[in-house]
Amino acid sequence: MSRYFRAKITENSSLNSNTFLLTVKPLVHVAAPKPGQFYMIEAGDSYDPLLKRPFSYLRKRGDTLQFLYAIRGKGTSLLKTFTEGKTINMIGPLGNGYPQPPEGMTPLLIAGGTGIASIFSFCEELAEKYVLYGAKTKAEILMMNELGKMDDRLIVCTDDCSLGREGMVDKVLNDFLDSRRPGGSFVIYACGPSPMLRAVSVIAAERGILGYVSVEERMGCGFGACLGCAVKTTHGYKRACKEGPVFPIQDIVWI
Amino acid sequence: MDLNVDIGKLRLKNPVMTASGTFGYGEEYKEFVDLNNLGAVVVKGISLNPMEGNPSPRICETPCGMLNAIGLQNVGLERFLKEKLPYLRGFRTRIIVNILGASIDEYIRLSEALDDSGIDAIELNVSCPNVKKGGISFGTDRRILSKLVSKVKQAVRSVVVIVKLSPNVSDIGEFAKTAEDAGSDAVSLINTIPGMAIDIETLRPKLANITGGLSGPAIKPIALRMVWEAARAVRIPVIGIGGIVNAGDAVEFLLAGATAVQVGTGNFLNPRATMEIIEGIQTYLKRKKIRDIKKVIGGLHGTAPDHNLNN
Repeated sequence: MSRYFRAKITENSSLNSNTFLLTVKPLVHVAAPKPGQFYMIEAGDSYDPLLKRPFSYLRKRGDTLQFLYAIRGKGTSLLKTFTEGKTINMIGPLGNGYPQPPEGMTPLLIAGGTGIASIFSFCEELAEKYVLYGAKTKAEILMMNELGKMDDRLIVCTDDCSLGREGMVDKVLNDFLDSRRPGGSFVIYACGPSPMLRAVSVIAAERGILGYVSVEERMGCGFGACLGCAVKTTHGYKRACKEGPVFPIQDIVWI
Repeated sequence: MDLNVDIGKLRLKNPVMTASGTFGYGEEYKEFVDLNNLGAVVVKGISLNPMEGNPSPRICETPCGMLNAIGLQNVGLERFLKEKLPYLRGFRTRIIVNILGASIDEYIRLSEALDDSGIDAIELNVSCPNVKKGGISFGTDRRILSKLVSKVKQAVRSVVVIVKLSPNVSDIGEFAKTAEDAGSDAVSLINTIPGMAIDIETLRPKLANITGGLSGPAIKPIALRMVWEAARAVRIPVIGIGGIVNAGDAVEFLLAGATAVQVGTGNFLNPRATMEIIEGIQTYLKRKKIRDIKKVIGGLHGTAPDHNLNN
């Protein structure tokens, strides 16, 4: 059971103008992923682009794996042209994934934009939790049907107020925490753009809340060899692909 | 079929090694590659003291290649010997330790410490482009290179000494010859080629270090030419490195005169690249009805055929 395998694309469809849902079926028996883990996915048939791209897995459905990806550059633009039936090389599952919440603490899952891909399967797995999910506009809020079904303790916010509450994740997070009784025992799990993660880490520090963030870095290999995805932490540089991508929120040194 | 090649007194079961800095300390690939099948493992460059490396971003992709400025992050000599080497010694492969220092004295201390540690060879990194001090001047000044190599050779008894040459010189043959004359058992080349990339939206460099080393298929023609030049200039074995991602690439380097090859960035695209390259070389030998890999080494014929439209 190798983590380097071939998979057949069974679906590659758009969710909005810039975001796609990729479904693949591994051609061999593969290891099951844990929430917060990721895969390196081949984004072309030639040496340009050269490297595989890291994507959080969204969820497992039967014998298929699903990924969300936004068009960012050459790799993802090519990936979007891949059609059903094509086979691609992948490596995964990789990285550490989210640790389980400590006994008696309530998980507070926070996603910004496509960061939802990383925490979605954790949302599905956890019985009791709060979910705070923000994006720029309503069109960028994804998987809403599934999330709505999952739990009524879901707070959605958009920068332009086109869906849910108005404002960025950090403001809505502060409002939410203010509305709770003090001493509430939350543990945060956050994934999203760096400015959001940094803002969340500041709030967590101010309020003494424990938590974890899943960070994004450029990756060369994805399995710990190239040392390209260094994340600055209070314990020195760590590899996002190996010791991460999930780190204790207070360990990250924001640059 | 005979795949054995000799690097000085060191016999390799096949000519395929890993390139330093792309294979960690071997363990990173344990689930992808049976290390017993490799000609040799060349580990991430080791310095006397641990080095923490450069800030992020450390890598960026370029057409058919990538730039890196890792900054020689490594665990240092002591932890290498204690924590990393025992694992590698459990395999029937050759262990080559890439070393780097900021002074000749540091290279000597590293060489002495590694000489009796059960490794097979040291590869002197005289050409890393990503640190301000050290590295590069050893690789671009023939007088200093000569002094470094002869001092290291005097300091060791058992290990084979390989000098990894910088591509940043006008005549690679002269530098290969300098290493040979100073007593080096082999040369390996090329290291990455200094380069850079800029994000035109933010107007900022794509690497925190601004410049980095270019690797991958983009540099293969340059590497191949330099290996060919070096192989013509020296009698010691030349180890070819630069953009090798498949068996065809490896055979090209052998034909150009390389006795062995190192696979670097190719491991990132395909963690099983080395295994597929070894299999591919065997397939090539079978197809060409060649019994001994040594018949391929330096087997380049003089001129290109007329009207070669197959490429």
